[in-house]
Amino acid sequence: MSKRPHETPLLDQLEDGPWPSFVSGLKQLASDNDKPYANMMKDLLGQLEHSYETRMGYWKGGTVSVFGYGGGVIPRFSEVAEDYPESSEFHTLRVQPPAGLHYSTELLRNMCDVWEKHGSGLIALHGQSGDIMFQGCSTDNVQKAFDDLNKMGMDMGGAGPALRTAMSCVGHARCEQSCYDEVRVHRKIINGLLDEMHRPALPYKFKFKFSGCPNDCVNSIHRADFAVIGIWRDNIQIDQKKVKEHVGRVGRKQMIDTVIAHCPTRALSLNDDDTLDIDNSSCVRCMHCINVMTKALSPGKERGATILIGGKRSLKIGDQMGTVIIPFMPLETDEDLDRLFELAETVIDFFAESALEHERIGETIDRIGLSNFLEGIGVDVDPNMVRHPRTSSYVRTDDWDEQAQKWFQRKDATVE
Amino acid sequence: MKDAKQPRRADESGVMDPFPHMHPLLKKNYGQWDWHDRPRPGVLHHVATSGDEVWTVRAGTQRQMDVHTIRKLCDIADEFADGHLRFTTRSNVEFMLTSQDKTGPLIERLNGAGFPVGGTGNSVSMISHTQGWLHCDIPGTDASGVVKALMDELHHEFTHEEMPNRVRITTSCCQINCGGQGDIAINVQYTKPPKINHDVVANVCERPAVVARCPVAAIRPAMVNGKPSLEIDETKCICCGACYPPCPPMQINGPDSTKLAVWVGGKHSNARSKPTFHKLVVAGLPNNTGLAFTRHHIDDWRGARSSLNASTHIHF
Repeated sequence: MSKRPHETPLLDQLEDGPWPSFVSGLKQLASDNDKPYANMMKDLLGQLEHSYETRMGYWKGGTVSVFGYGGGVIPRFSEVAEDYPESSEFHTLRVQPPAGLHYSTELLRNMCDVWEKHGSGLIALHGQSGDIMFQGCSTDNVQKAFDDLNKMGMDMGGAGPALRTAMSCVGHARCEQSCYDEVRVHRKIINGLLDEMHRPALPYKFKFKFSGCPNDCVNSIHRADFAVIGIWRDNIQIDQKKVKEHVGRVGRKQMIDTVIAHCPTRALSLNDDDTLDIDNSSCVRCMHCINVMTKALSPGKERGATILIGGKRSLKIGDQMGTVIIPFMPLETDEDLDRLFELAETVIDFFAESALEHERIGETIDRIGLSNFLEGIGVDVDPNMVRHPRTSSYVRTDDWDEQAQKWFQRKDATVE
Repeated sequence: MKDAKQPRRADESGVMDPFPHMHPLLKKNYGQWDWHDRPRPGVLHHVATSGDEVWTVRAGTQRQMDVHTIRKLCDIADEFADGHLRFTTRSNVEFMLTSQDKTGPLIERLNGAGFPVGGTGNSVSMISHTQGWLHCDIPGTDASGVVKALMDELHHEFTHEEMPNRVRITTSCCQINCGGQGDIAINVQYTKPPKINHDVVANVCERPAVVARCPVAAIRPAMVNGKPSLEIDETKCICCGACYPPCPPMQINGPDSTKLAVWVGGKHSNARSKPTFHKLVVAGLPNNTGLAFTRHHIDDWRGARSSLNASTHIHF
């Protein structure tokens, strides 16, 4: 039985203008009168218009899940259901996309078919954590929708105090700057820790993100509790012939203004013959020169990743960035990946045992200090972890010799 | 007695393998790319060490997509891009082409279907945003509508590369800042302490958890009208809304107390300088008369003194 659509004069204004309109999409769904979701979308539009009129939100949470899982569904019950009964339940299923957000049209069409049958027909590609968000499902249909998606090879993502869905950049699939195989590492880490995603038992959320180089296209330093960022530790690869071609094409002034002068550590110098001199021991691998001169310069050959831990958004102690915990680890062999997985598992275990309720790992580090955190996860101190050494003299140093000895022993061990 | 039918047990397959869905040329040259350039705004050109070339056409979407829009993108991908497409972290769609000749017709097709082509290089890319009134339980504003209105205005900047460098804008519907850090961030800033519905607090909220959630320890348990509830030290309260998710009767948002603030200077990449957080420019929007420097621009949160000028480096 099809309902009459609500009047939506405020939302209608969002149909003008050149950018694609989500309101037009919602209205199209509401007018699909032969589909099971049409009435739900009519009332959804009505409630959204009501929000625009009153400048208030009207959703509340609750508990909805699928069999065997404790997370992945974001329950939404309307607080104004008496006026908009058909969209009184409008839950979201967070589903993990293919790593790197690659789709065949077959997969996307199958997703649409499932969501047309069991859900609202509205899919967000993608949420801030990298989930496909199937938005708008009644409580009764959540299990059915998930079953069909799961049969297609898709698994639920994370929600609540749990391991969350991760994200990796396009990387190896289409980027010459990628320093490790993001798909392989992303799947290895997350799939090994799935229990923490599907059965939430952590103090709070825990997010991994995988960027192939320091350009950090998935914003992992800001957004991830555990950021894996590709890097190299030998010299930038340089093709001097192509450097000369670049200078020939853009001119010396532009070369100096846009490349040489932008090097944050003044590691670059343009030679008189238009070749480039790089002081690699001063280079901090910021990517700028490589970004500008994509043909002439590329990351070195000895590649791996830097691990930063503790990035998060505002709740509760303010926004924080990740801190370097491992300056470099190779990610080539199965053993390399096992080592990263062991570290991830150790950090998650430490988090589970040591964090306070609703505390992110960055807040734990803030509370207990980096040195104690490192001790807890069994990682040695390294100068790359700090912006600069301590400036406060209020520190007790009677075990100085013992601490120094550890450094020398590690130095000796790496020389061997 | 016969058991009720057991629900299906999930196949815990985890992160989906992208290779069956990846464009064949990307799969073939996986990890073997050599260099790239940008022939025009909205188009990337990547060359592999094998000599293979791929042209990527990037277009903006509304992120919250109906199945018809997704199928329209699929039709376009089937027609031009061998049945494959991908999305960027900012909800742009990308079609990979095996020949440069197809870029022009594809751009025409996308523009005809209402998808602006751009978002590459020194453009203003799509705004990364949150859920807002459409789905969030604690929003101060809508997200999709705000972004639609902004991207309508920024259409030219999306489709052209006329900025000094990349511009990444974010929006957030409350101070938790799910939208993240941006070159420009347009975020809700609440201006009044929560209004507490004391009749329901005891039934709805786990009071010690709410007390613990407050960043400035302004909430304490109290008996109000003979009922166990919570009270707020309003002089301490920073109006952040952190208590609202665990305790919805502590209503933080309202038409009179939900304002917008604009922040600038956040940066994700490590290129040139280290990543940074965005900084406050102006709050109290709308009804703001212009750009003023106020006491609220001076940070007073932990570690704030490191943001103060301890030098004679002065701009006159």
